[in-house]
Amino acid sequence: MSKSEQQADIRSNRLDKDELAGNFGDLHPPLSRSEALIAADRCYFCYDAPCTTACPTGIDIPGFIQKIRSNNIRGSAHTILRENIMGGMCARVCPTEVLCEEACVRNTHEEKPVEIGLLQRYATDPIFDQESPLFSRAAATGKKVAVVGGGPAGLSCAHRLAVLGHDVVVLNRDDKPGGLNEYGIAAYKTINDFAQKEVEYILSIGGIELRNGEALGKDFTLQDLRDSYDAVFIGVGLGSTNKIGLDHESLPGVGSAIEYIAEIRQADDLGKLPVGRRVVVIGGGMTAIDIAVQSKRLGAEVVDLVYRRGPEQMGASRYEQNLAQINGVTIHHWAKPVELLGNDYVTTIRFERTALDSNGRLTSKGDRFELAADTVFKAIGQILDVGVLGNTAGLEIRHDRIVVNEAGRTTLPDVWAGGDCVAGGDDLTVTAVQQGKVAAIDIDRRLRGE
Amino acid sequence: MADLKTTFLGISSPNPFWLASAPPTDKAYNVNRAFEAGWGGAVWKTLGEDPHIVNVNGPRYSALHSNERRVIGFNNIELITDRPLQTNLDEMRQIKKDWPDRALVASVMLPMNEPTWAKYLPMVEETGIDAFELNFGCPHGMSERGMGAAVGQVPEYIQMAAEWAKKAASVPVIVKLTPNVTNILPPARAALDGGADAVSLINTINSIMRVDYDSLTMYPTTDGMGTHGGYCGEAVKPIALNMVAEIARTKETRSLPISGIGGITDWRDAVDFLALGASNVQVCTAAMVYGFKIIDDLVDGLSRFLDDKQLTLDELIGKAVPSVTDWQYLNLNYVEKAVIDQDLCIQCGRCHVVCEDTSHQAITHTVNGERRFEVIDSECVGCNLCVSVCPVESCISMHQLTEGSDPRTGEPISLQKANWTTHPNNPMRKTK
Repeated sequence: MSKSEQQADIRSNRLDKDELAGNFGDLHPPLSRSEALIAADRCYFCYDAPCTTACPTGIDIPGFIQKIRSNNIRGSAHTILRENIMGGMCARVCPTEVLCEEACVRNTHEEKPVEIGLLQRYATDPIFDQESPLFSRAAATGKKVAVVGGGPAGLSCAHRLAVLGHDVVVLNRDDKPGGLNEYGIAAYKTINDFAQKEVEYILSIGGIELRNGEALGKDFTLQDLRDSYDAVFIGVGLGSTNKIGLDHESLPGVGSAIEYIAEIRQADDLGKLPVGRRVVVIGGGMTAIDIAVQSKRLGAEVVDLVYRRGPEQMGASRYEQNLAQINGVTIHHWAKPVELLGNDYVTTIRFERTALDSNGRLTSKGDRFELAADTVFKAIGQILDVGVLGNTAGLEIRHDRIVVNEAGRTTLPDVWAGGDCVAGGDDLTVTAVQQGKVAAIDIDRRLRGE
Repeated sequence: MADLKTTFLGISSPNPFWLASAPPTDKAYNVNRAFEAGWGGAVWKTLGEDPHIVNVNGPRYSALHSNERRVIGFNNIELITDRPLQTNLDEMRQIKKDWPDRALVASVMLPMNEPTWAKYLPMVEETGIDAFELNFGCPHGMSERGMGAAVGQVPEYIQMAAEWAKKAASVPVIVKLTPNVTNILPPARAALDGGADAVSLINTINSIMRVDYDSLTMYPTTDGMGTHGGYCGEAVKPIALNMVAEIARTKETRSLPISGIGGITDWRDAVDFLALGASNVQVCTAAMVYGFKIIDDLVDGLSRFLDDKQLTLDELIGKAVPSVTDWQYLNLNYVEKAVIDQDLCIQCGRCHVVCEDTSHQAITHTVNGERRFEVIDSECVGCNLCVSVCPVESCISMHQLTEGSDPRTGEPISLQKANWTTHPNNPMRKTK
């Protein structure tokens, strides 16, 4: 019997309810009060703190930790959220090991930084259950801003604009707001519908009208918005998945990692999700890790993650790579897919080993190997479908991303942009939040005629 | 391992660590456990007249905590023994019989009239105790009744009661001093003049721990009201060390043997007290926080330290006293500068910001565009603030300038000593 004649082993309910509940519980349980105090006590309250410098949103980290120490938890949350309104989500999903925690001076002698991410969660968690708001709005300016995209960049921008006294309409393509926070992050990183809880908190400032199911390029055009609003912010993220560029890429069993992650996040019953027995993931970023680990935790027997370069070049941090490995994912470096095999559905994927040549360019070494697969996930990044922008006259686009200056301005005088859809970013939630915030501040200045 | 056998006022004990008169020595059960654990002696919980006093039935203790809930300071409002005198005496007699090699001292607190002292001291001495300790230190409760610190704050009373005690007792008499005075020397001198064989110090310091942030009453309270207590534990050690050293270095009092008390938690604290003039030490709070087992570290650590230093216990006692003097005798020609070990520096910047904000602007934060913390010798006054706040041990150290000139003042470095008594800016300077 040839491989192509084997039955694809894809089915649901590989694990029982309790196993699934355990596998999809909180990846990092929150700190208890005593744990938080001990963790907070390890902060040296550095001058011009390297952690703050390393934080894309510039949170005063020693400041918020000192407030945990002094039991001023609300003040601590304010210190965080005034710089990063998605401080709750970032506490869960930020790769702190390459940001604030990597910069922590504790690493020099101990290799054990202050647990900044967990402390940030400790400080912010109670806020979402409190009635009284942390922020209030400035006097109404009478200006109206359109924000395209209900993800981290758009919501961050909208919140800051609302605080500054402007009215905002958020046009969101999806059924639910939150963008990748809602659809694109591993479930165990943000349990209990936290993404929606956070959005509700952001919207509770007032002055933000959220319209779901409104897609740029389909339900309205950029020009429509420019005609009817005082300013426009584009935070549409990256809409479509990259293609590997192989024959048979549309074979059943070959899918997009980001789409399946969204399915997992939106599933009422994880047991109902079909999972392949043998899963192969192609890619080296956070999304690749998220789909690989979640596949394993859904009950896949064998999960292979294949990346064309080495561990240093992976978009996923070392921590994430370790997480995959302790979850039983086998990571193969220096190999690229060359052929998808199968008749009615994918059964095998063939790889070719790679290396860097003397010029540092990726080359094929020629030798090949195969991995059996019931499911192949592509996690090789997303691209902006520039078409949704419509007539882009005057709007500079580079490598399929929108060009902005350091204040988030595009080359159109009344259009700003931020998040994954702009050039030069790092595709992190925290960066998107910062770009939304920075753009809002600049929009405010422009609208006030400063 | 160095022998820690100690003789204090002729009383021998296997080590210099006695439990202070306090809750840990309240009754035979506790003292038995302490001696089993290895404590060298015990000063029994203070005895008073019958009928015995009573304690509150609410909180007696409260603590100053670190965030890790380590007890840094401790406060109590417990009074002297609240058990019948005879019960205590019976138990003390039995303990002394069962533990003949350990020191057993009776702490007493009596009203200020001689007949009472003449009546009670022989009764107590009859149990076989090795010495008396006169409690002139308790700053709460008993002091309202004219005893404890109320006596310890009036040198004349100390002398008077010491004389009565010496007349009534045949064993040595130790006077326990209160730190709630502006100068410890007059009380110490009074003890000496009254014939006391030794002093022990410090007792606790008047204190209120904090307020309750919900009720905005003081904390803790008994039915909504509180009273000041006595403060002890690690936080009080420096206060105690100063008082011990003052007595040990002052001509009029230096002949008094000292039993050092105040925040001793590990063996290094004991080294502090012994080197600054105490002949033995007493411990309470550390035992109340960790239990009697801490004696293992106290004994083992002190013994190994003496081995390392090739000293006997007797040689350690008072070793640091000659290094304590008055400010006016400090050598003003001696110049030190801080030096930051860049290999150990973790770049937290605390030295910079505290120097910049609160001191002499003598530490950089950036050198050639890089985050780097270096001492600016032309600004550094050698104050030791950076050494004190640096989280990395030994990263910043002080180095003496021995040649050239001080970059801060431009003055040439002189190896000649010169102090304030002859300084030209001193209007009271001594002329040669």
